[in-house]
Amino acid sequence: MMSEPTPFTVEQFYKFIGERKIMGVKCEKCGKIFVPPRPLCSNCLSTSLKWIPLRGKGRLLTYTMIYVAPERFQHLAPYAFGIIELEEGVRLPGIIQGVKPEDIKLGMILEVDFNLDVPSTWPQWPRYFFRPPQQL
Amino acid sequence: MDLKGKPLAAVVSAGLSKFGKRDGFSSRELFSEAVMEAFERCPNLDPKRDVKALIVGSMSESFEHQCHLAPIMSDWVGMLPAPALRVEVACASSGAAIRQGVFAILSGLYDVVIVGGFEKMTHRTTAETTEYLAMASDFPFEQWNGATFPGLFALMATAHMYKYGTTEEQMALVAVKNHHNATLNPKAHMQREITVEQVLSSRIIAKPLKLFDCSLISDGASCAILTSVEVARKYTDSPVYIIGSGHGADTIGLYERDDLTSLKATKMAAKEAYEMAGLSPKDIDIAEVHDCFTIAEIIAYEDLGFCKPGDGGKFIEDGTPNLDGEIPVNTSGGLKAKGHPVGATGVAQLYEIYLQLTGQAGKRQVDGWEIGLTHNLGGSGATCIVHIYSGHKY
Repeated sequence: MMSEPTPFTVEQFYKFIGERKIMGVKCEKCGKIFVPPRPLCSNCLSTSLKWIPLRGKGRLLTYTMIYVAPERFQHLAPYAFGIIELEEGVRLPGIIQGVKPEDIKLGMILEVDFNLDVPSTWPQWPRYFFRPPQQL
Repeated sequence: MDLKGKPLAAVVSAGLSKFGKRDGFSSRELFSEAVMEAFERCPNLDPKRDVKALIVGSMSESFEHQCHLAPIMSDWVGMLPAPALRVEVACASSGAAIRQGVFAILSGLYDVVIVGGFEKMTHRTTAETTEYLAMASDFPFEQWNGATFPGLFALMATAHMYKYGTTEEQMALVAVKNHHNATLNPKAHMQREITVEQVLSSRIIAKPLKLFDCSLISDGASCAILTSVEVARKYTDSPVYIIGSGHGADTIGLYERDDLTSLKATKMAAKEAYEMAGLSPKDIDIAEVHDCFTIAEIIAYEDLGFCKPGDGGKFIEDGTPNLDGEIPVNTSGGLKAKGHPVGATGVAQLYEIYLQLTGQAGKRQVDGWEIGLTHNLGGSGATCIVHIYSGHKY
């Protein structure tokens, strides 16, 4: 049975987020993994690409505490926002939750989590964010 | 085309509107104000006969609910039917207009063009302005997931502090310097001295950046009249020559870049401009750099080669970029205190270098400068435009 091909689009990235999956695109020619997804490998221009699941775990490269926030995030302010390098080497920006500001350290391990609330108008995308790994 | 060591085009005049909260004035009127000054400075120019085209930069249609701005500007300064084009690369829009003006002249098609920039911002609420400015960053990943524009520069500041030990006091010194310079610039938005203490105790915008680490939201416009090198002397005895032009590009997302303490686009643009001019960083006498946030000026010192990577904090601490220092930086007051009507900034930087190199900078004039540089960033560094100017005769 043929399934619909999944396009290498931002829209598709957020469809995966809606399924609580963080996915990247891997170039089958040069091996580069990238997020955001795109239909052409930015490294070697190959169109031979595939979606791969990312483990969603990484370390904090840099961060800030945002006090003056855009309207849609004002309820969270002040909030921590950083750049996280995932184990696969891909970097993502995102809000960091579940850590006291004084406990945030560069290099700390964070995990991706999901907020599946979707606005009623474009863009109807859910969101991802980061938090410390959950203890079992 | 071998451009190395040759003048590319000449600046024969320039104009700047007063920067600030210009209630009741829209961008077309502010642009007219800038152009009227440029015409007055250049009595030998017959604008209706001589000006062949306009190239202008502005960032956002949202502020005034108006796109298709270029022909409006041409009309408002009496230049129709001169063709007019607007270029947009966020806050580097009018830096790009300079470069496109240089190209237009080098092509041989035009010998006199007006380049300029403008932005009308202060009539909008802070929330609206924050939203429009954030559009210069990546929407689907950065904006959607919580970034603000100051937040992105704060990420660079944290990384720079962590890697090199740069301090909030050093960043504050950039603000203090630029505010001081602006007190000597009657066109500056804010003409008020500030202290390191005031910067450090101002409210946090995005840690470690505080209110006084941020540039101003301003209304304003800028313009310059560029000519071919051949005809420049018809219009003025003291043209300033553009001798180097560079344009660097990088990913829209800060998060996609390998180095968070340096901007590759700046390094690329600087390298191209230095090579074209046949000069190196030590040849630069004076510079206007893109201090949208204090950390951006510190990183610019390093990326432009004024000091080594990581030494930017020490560079300001030593007073090297002060008005009486070895390489005065942002004698105009910079984006920090002169103001930052984003689309106007690139050509406003040229305006300051033009005044300085022709001895027209009034109270902030320092003599003996021959080579100037402008550094204009777009967004968090996906675009950078660098130009090098010479007051030598050709």
